[in-house]
Amino acid sequence: MITLRNVSKSYGKGQPAIDHMDLQIDKGEFVFVVGNSGSGKSTLIKLLLKELEPTEGTIEVNGQVLNKLKRRKIPKYRRGVGVVFQDFRLLKDRSVYENVAFAQRVIERPNRVIKKRVPEVLTLVGLAEKYKSYPRELSGGEQQRVALARALVNRPDILLADEPTGNLDPKTSFEIMKLLEEINERGTTVLVVTHNREIVNAFKKRVIAMKKGVIVSDEQEGEYHAN
Amino acid sequence: MRISTIGYNAKQGVVNIGRNIIFSLASIATIAACVFLFGLVFSIVINFNYIVKNVEEGVTMTVFFEEGVDQAAIDSVGEQIKALNGVTDVRYVSAQEAWEEFQKEYFKGAEDAAEGFQDDNPLSNKANYEVTVDRIENQEEVAQYIEGLDGVSNVNHSEGAVNTLTTFNKLLGTISLAVIIILFAVAVFLISNTISVGIAVRKEEIGIMKLIGATNGFVRAPFIIEGLLIGLLGAAIPLVILYFMYNRAVTYILEKFNILSDIVSFLAARQVFEVLIPAGLILGMGIGFIGSAITIRKHLKV
Repeated sequence: MITLRNVSKSYGKGQPAIDHMDLQIDKGEFVFVVGNSGSGKSTLIKLLLKELEPTEGTIEVNGQVLNKLKRRKIPKYRRGVGVVFQDFRLLKDRSVYENVAFAQRVIERPNRVIKKRVPEVLTLVGLAEKYKSYPRELSGGEQQRVALARALVNRPDILLADEPTGNLDPKTSFEIMKLLEEINERGTTVLVVTHNREIVNAFKKRVIAMKKGVIVSDEQEGEYHAN
Repeated sequence: MRISTIGYNAKQGVVNIGRNIIFSLASIATIAACVFLFGLVFSIVINFNYIVKNVEEGVTMTVFFEEGVDQAAIDSVGEQIKALNGVTDVRYVSAQEAWEEFQKEYFKGAEDAAEGFQDDNPLSNKANYEVTVDRIENQEEVAQYIEGLDGVSNVNHSEGAVNTLTTFNKLLGTISLAVIIILFAVAVFLISNTISVGIAVRKEEIGIMKLIGATNGFVRAPFIIEGLLIGLLGAAIPLVILYFMYNRAVTYILEKFNILSDIVSFLAARQVFEVLIPAGLILGMGIGFIGSAITIRKHLKV
């Protein structure tokens, strides 16, 4: 599903953010990528979204080699990859419903499909009743659920989550992670970048630890060890 | 693009206008000024052309002959004039006809005074040709040529008045064109600023759209629609105003200067506006489109 071969990314001279990295993630996997800030986790997400180009090496996602992907093909590629961020990135002037529907409008789904699909996915994340609310009226956990619903509404094959619990309290963080696990059980490949040790250790998933752009450990049912 | 998508983007375009209403209003006002001026000049120029054309049709020059020239020579000159390029009509006026016309015009109401001349035609050597040319500009050239013909003494033509009309018309057109081009540039610049502000305000939203997989067209469409709508509004307002102004202006001029009503007639509003409305709308929306398109190229490298 995701393959990195000898991938490096430098922002200038000095230590590269990602340093000759090889990685293989299969379809249906749930993977934590852990590490302190500056370990290259966020760069990895950006490379996978083709927001950044690798300095060297090849990246293959969902059968497509990103290095060879033409600019005009990027939108179509991104439709197959759902993404959630630490800061939720919701549209503040639009309701919960419109935020989720937005992802469908972007890919030009007809209105009748949107009307059916958005309530479905809002039910999945447990926010069906709050569809009329605005982001400012929601708690952090609820906002992240909306972001998740938006990421899932187009049924992506892969879900990338960049510090999804970074702004949430422990209880809410746990709920969001349960939701991600549930989504994974429905067949979506999930990659979660985090430095939340409690969460990682509670879920017993594959854990890839990074430090200074290099993978230092990669364990099935792993743990996030203190460095 | 789907109809629902077009509808959605159109709505976003309207929302954009509302979000930075001050800039949008400034842009609409500038386009309105541009289209208003265009409409005003267009109405004046098109009427001027119409008047000049009417005057041209009515203006003839008169060709007189040297004393003692025989009829054969006069006929020959007539043939040569008819053969000239740009000459549309040649009418022979004999000495007798010339005298009769003169009497009709100058002894009106005092016919007895003319009787003193009886059969002694004072205009006996004033047989002439009345020559009509297709365009005023050609008159001078044709007149010079005819003056050079054998037997011709002189050619009377009214170079002054009509030439002034034509020159004034051209000058008006040129100055207006310059002003319109300047206003056009200002309008494009203002729209470009408005769209830039819109893009800045929606930067985060655009970023999210791109990550979700929006195509360039989808991201750009609301801004293009915003530009087109501003252009449309900016054009529609002055066109409506001009339409009502036009009829009032024509009525006013004819009443105030009723001496003019004999010589000039104006085009009907319908004739002017069947050209002016589409032209004005295309101009306004064109400005809107260009303004937003160049800004998007500059700021929205998606």
